[in-house]
Amino acid sequence: MKFFTALGAAALAAGALASQASAKDIVIGMMCDRTGPTSVTGTALCPGYHDYVNLYNKQGNMGECKINAHEIDHEYKVPAAVEAYQTYKAEDAVLISPYGTPMVYALVQKMAEDKIPGTSAGFGTALAGNGEAYPYMFPIAASYYSQAAAAVKFAKDKLGGSLKGKKIAYIYYDNPAGTEGIPVLEKLKPQEGYELRTFAVPAPGVEMGPQILDITRRYRADFVISHLFGRAPSVSLKEFKRAGYPLDKILGFVWAGSEGDIQAAGGNEAAEGYNTMHFAGVGQDYPVIQQIKDMYKANGKGDPDAMQYTAYYNRGVFQAAVHIKAIENAVKAKGSCDVTGEQVRDGFYQIKDFTLGGLLPPLQITKKDHEGGGWVRVFQVTKSGYKPVTEWYRDYRHEVSELLIEEIEKAAKK
Amino acid sequence: MGLYPLPISRFSAFALLVLFFIAAPLVMSEYYLTLLSLVAIATVGALGLNILLGYAGQLSIGHAAFMSVGAYTAANLATKFDLPFLITLPAGGLMAAAIGIIVGVPSLRIKGVYLAIATLAAQFIIEWIINHSPSISGGAQASIEVARPTLLGERLDSPTELYYFLLIVAVVAVIATQNLVRSRVGRAFVAIRDQDIAAEIIGISVFKYKLYAFAISSFYAGVTGVLYTYYLGIASYEQFQLGVSIDYLAMVIIGGLGSVLGSVFGAFFISLLPIAIRLVMENVGSLFVEPDVLAQSISQLRQILFGVLIIFFLIVEPDGLNRLWINVRNYFRVWPFSH
Repeated sequence: MKFFTALGAAALAAGALASQASAKDIVIGMMCDRTGPTSVTGTALCPGYHDYVNLYNKQGNMGECKINAHEIDHEYKVPAAVEAYQTYKAEDAVLISPYGTPMVYALVQKMAEDKIPGTSAGFGTALAGNGEAYPYMFPIAASYYSQAAAAVKFAKDKLGGSLKGKKIAYIYYDNPAGTEGIPVLEKLKPQEGYELRTFAVPAPGVEMGPQILDITRRYRADFVISHLFGRAPSVSLKEFKRAGYPLDKILGFVWAGSEGDIQAAGGNEAAEGYNTMHFAGVGQDYPVIQQIKDMYKANGKGDPDAMQYTAYYNRGVFQAAVHIKAIENAVKAKGSCDVTGEQVRDGFYQIKDFTLGGLLPPLQITKKDHEGGGWVRVFQVTKSGYKPVTEWYRDYRHEVSELLIEEIEKAAKK
Repeated sequence: MGLYPLPISRFSAFALLVLFFIAAPLVMSEYYLTLLSLVAIATVGALGLNILLGYAGQLSIGHAAFMSVGAYTAANLATKFDLPFLITLPAGGLMAAAIGIIVGVPSLRIKGVYLAIATLAAQFIIEWIINHSPSISGGAQASIEVARPTLLGERLDSPTELYYFLLIVAVVAVIATQNLVRSRVGRAFVAIRDQDIAAEIIGISVFKYKLYAFAISSFYAGVTGVLYTYYLGIASYEQFQLGVSIDYLAMVIIGGLGSVLGSVFGAFFISLLPIAIRLVMENVGSLFVEPDVLAQSISQLRQILFGVLIIFFLIVEPDGLNRLWINVRNYFRVWPFSH
């Protein structure tokens, strides 16, 4: 008992100290998963987020307003995320970024009630981009619908401008997120005239030899679209390699192409040619990454370890940059640091021409479209890293939005 | 004999009710009410697992799957048929109980870790079925949005209203369990746990009571799932994966197997300990290391500390927090004349 009393007293005393120190800061609630099932992503993404926040605070672009990104690790557990949300709310956070699809779902309703905006880059469904249904949630990254549409466009260019009579294979992790690409591929099938077959990989996604033999030997696919998560992408690359399939005829969605996946597949040499899709630029060839490196150097430190995992590290930078830009817009509009969640939400709509030298896509967030346009960029694995093979692009927007309307109507009918 | 034979326990039960029903909502901010709400939900789930594991002695690691059965049942009934929670709540529980009986059938032939593996299969099979049946999982990415519960035309959407909703269900669950375990059924469970052959010889139908245990336990789990659904406004299969089953196992083991109060302790402990550790580290830690370094290492440190504390408590008292509490209580009951 004494132990707990002492702990409690210490916590209270220190709490009083800490809250005094940060009275002026603008608080961002930033959830993270460094220790749970998606820690591979979190351990690179979250440092990227913090580094950008520190860089921004050092540059002092908002005068005396400082950003305080409060990270809470919820270990990918929903109750812990609800607790974290309430912590942020009690700290008057103006923006809260849930991490993980179930957490986004669990909080989206509450955030709208409390008028606190947030982002869900890479999480949740395509429907979440509908700003009218979810006024306070901004996916800001291409949904699986947009990714599937962009993948068809990429395949078309790769196979010589037409998909007539070509065979496309869609290999996906057998869960609801994995199946989300299928409606788009089905919808585009008649107008592009390709043949489509889907191949499910059951959890945990480490055994897919039969599917890949099926794709490469029996179906003889001309192009493979791969929507896999976790350990599955690296296993798939090894199997495709073993089957002798050209890796440059494979395109992985946004969770299938990080440095970790490539290392696990046997390194860059082994995975050379594999195409990966991203909603934030990969590699280190951006001025902002250089600035972060310089910041570390000025403190007498080397580059942070997490930085080499650019696919996820850069997504952290990307999220931080968009968050801070929205806050900056709100601060500018109001002329003081004392902004509200509602004003920050409006700040999202004013983000324009903000790409940090190509790290970010040219987002256009509107009241209706919180996805920001559904931009992606394809990077190909080279011997030493990645090289971009497209610009930021998107395609079949009309078809995608038609599908979205159908889905929204279906959801409303239910 | 009443539920609370001693005057002191009647008094403390009453005091606790006053504390949670009247004092807590008056003085607590939304943050603390949220914590208590989450604990209330976890309490119901932990009680259910404790009935199965602590009282009837059947090891199950598919508890979360039954929660998902309850969650999706209630979500479908609430969205498709517009039914109020007074119907969906028991319906979710009953559906989970029905599935629980099916999953419990192997328990008639296998015991211990073998049964655990059979229930593990249930965890994966139920998840697979939900994911692959659009008629169950409904909307996008197998998640169904559910409106907040309504009572007499009134929507319960403020934190206080939701807190009362969850608290009442949790209190009913606690009292029901207390009654259950001293009934004929509860004693049969204990007899089966302690020695099933002996139980059969004295005339207890092991077949019947094992299935009862699964049904009742799954009913609680189903209700837990419904509560999560209403509290969060969504039913999503990702909230009920294997890790959640393990968390609930941890709750009942640390709280104390075969004890109602232990389930409540366990729910509090597992829900609040990570938060307490984080708060202490955030505040005390910043006095020792730079805030940057702290932010990056806090979650790893927290996991280590969490594990160490669990081991510590189990070494100090292998019978769980409930035994610890009984020791303290017995000490004070005779204090100051302990000899």
